[in-house]
Amino acid sequence: MRLLGRWGAADIGSRQRWPELRDSLAAAPVQAELGWNLSGVQRLDHVGAQLLWNHWGRRWPERVALDDTQRSMLERVASLSTDAVSPERWSFAEQADRLGIRLFDGLDHLRGFVVLLGQLFLDLLRVLRAPLRAPWRDVSGHLYRMGATALPITALVGFLIGVVLAYLMSLQLRQFGAEAFIVNILGVSLIRELGPMLAAILVAGRSGSAITAQIGVMRVTEELDAMSVMGIRQGFRLVMPRTIALAIAMPLLSVWTTLAALAGGMLAADAAMDVSPAYFIQALPAAVSIGNLVLALTKSVVFGGLIALVGCHWGLRVEPNTQSLGAGTTASVVSAITVVILVDAVFAIAFKSVGF
Amino acid sequence: MVRIEGLETTFGTGEAAYTVHKNLSLEVQSGEMLALVGGSGTGKTVLLRQMLGLLEPTAGRVQVLGRPASEMGGENAASRVGMLFQHGALFSAFNVLDNVAFALREQGTLPDDLVRDAALVKLQMVGLKPEHAKRMPSDLSGGMIKRVSLARALIMDPPLLLLDEPTAGLDPNGADEFCALVRELQAALGTTMVMVTHDLDTLFALATRVAVLADQKVIVTGPPAEVAHFPHPFVEHFFLGERGRRAMAPVQAGKET
Repeated sequence: MRLLGRWGAADIGSRQRWPELRDSLAAAPVQAELGWNLSGVQRLDHVGAQLLWNHWGRRWPERVALDDTQRSMLERVASLSTDAVSPERWSFAEQADRLGIRLFDGLDHLRGFVVLLGQLFLDLLRVLRAPLRAPWRDVSGHLYRMGATALPITALVGFLIGVVLAYLMSLQLRQFGAEAFIVNILGVSLIRELGPMLAAILVAGRSGSAITAQIGVMRVTEELDAMSVMGIRQGFRLVMPRTIALAIAMPLLSVWTTLAALAGGMLAADAAMDVSPAYFIQALPAAVSIGNLVLALTKSVVFGGLIALVGCHWGLRVEPNTQSLGAGTTASVVSAITVVILVDAVFAIAFKSVGF
Repeated sequence: MVRIEGLETTFGTGEAAYTVHKNLSLEVQSGEMLALVGGSGTGKTVLLRQMLGLLEPTAGRVQVLGRPASEMGGENAASRVGMLFQHGALFSAFNVLDNVAFALREQGTLPDDLVRDAALVKLQMVGLKPEHAKRMPSDLSGGMIKRVSLARALIMDPPLLLLDEPTAGLDPNGADEFCALVRELQAALGTTMVMVTHDLDTLFALATRVAVLADQKVIVTGPPAEVAHFPHPFVEHFFLGERGRRAMAPVQAGKET
């Protein structure tokens, strides 16, 4: 059996040559009558040698002709070839273990979150005791980044939702001749529910992920460890400023979103049902009691704090590798939005008699 | 192997522009171990990146294996040149075996068991055990990361290997072991190596030739012992400073006996 040409990894692995080579190799008996002649091989590398060695069944054929370089390469491959690391078998016990690990993992997350919350409480007490020593500069920076820069996108989304809602309602209301009630519907739904929710979901996607990524990268680059070494408390310098900033920014953003949505709804009502903006503005205070507004603002403060805490929680749990950073950011956004909706439901049930 | 002619590299434009290389020429012979030394900011790593085609020179030509460096990437690049990055640059999402096998597997033709066997052989050639194959890069020590990275660079037996600070971040013992490993592999595979290093011990242990970068060009090339006596402030400071004398002591002692 005579081998010719180049037996480098790139050569034997090329799309044109591999099928041909594979077939002719499969047709070649290992103990060829006249042995194997490698003298025509121009270049043999470890991958080529491995291919031959595996083909030979990891034994030297009885007759083989090769030069010294090829021999030493094949000998190296021969001495280092090991049996594969056996893959893990599926077993029931293993799966049960996995389930248990996941359960404990979930409990650990819960515990971590409670610890974070408790630490935040202690840090807030510390701020109350010495207000001047709190990291206000951080708070103001986060307020700008997470609050002010979110104004355009929340306004746009709010406005469009207002328009959509007004148009949808106009179709229904016109059937009953109840066009004037558009003010009540838009007023209550937007102020009490949709405004805060929309703002919270947008902020969760925008700032929740950013918080996780920032803190996560700090973990990857060992900045968190550097902070600990200097005796600076992560809760005080990382978690608390972000939480305070979002708890302040969130109600403001929620009001802003609600206003944009009401403006959209007002314009759409004018266009679709001839409900004039003047009437809309005049009827709004009567339709929506002040309780709704208070509820919406309270909700938003809680949403903001929770989004920041969830973001910090996942960020602090990032492990120093890229995959964990990606997974943490995704988990942070998903759980922040879930938490927002859950808490919203709790608010809806607990305060069902407020504002009507 | 590598031929650089009239290379000029400028970063930034206008006022902020600064020139790193000007009219730089360098040739790397087949089978040698060339060490690039120079003060920080003289563009050693930049030069390596230009050989890899990761950076385009402002002017001049960089030819690697007889072809322009800009064509180095693309299909089968791993069979032409390997690079050992300073911090390993292992893919943190893959385990050790998948990291080593990555280039081979990406070809998409060779069967899985062959790829795995080849990767395991390379892993053992750099002094790791098959048990390490399933570990993730985040669970490895600095020395092991370098070894895995070396195995990954060598998976397709490229004729040219570039090393950026091969022993930086290793303890002296680990650095010595790594040098011995590189020398052993070079003897076995005949790979041409170009390395950037600040470490004089590594330089004297590995390099067959040294090229000194200063004043935006290669001011001198030659065997380490000769270059050390070249009259230039940087060379004198680098080789004949206290650290340099310490590292060179065994070299000179060897010569006298």
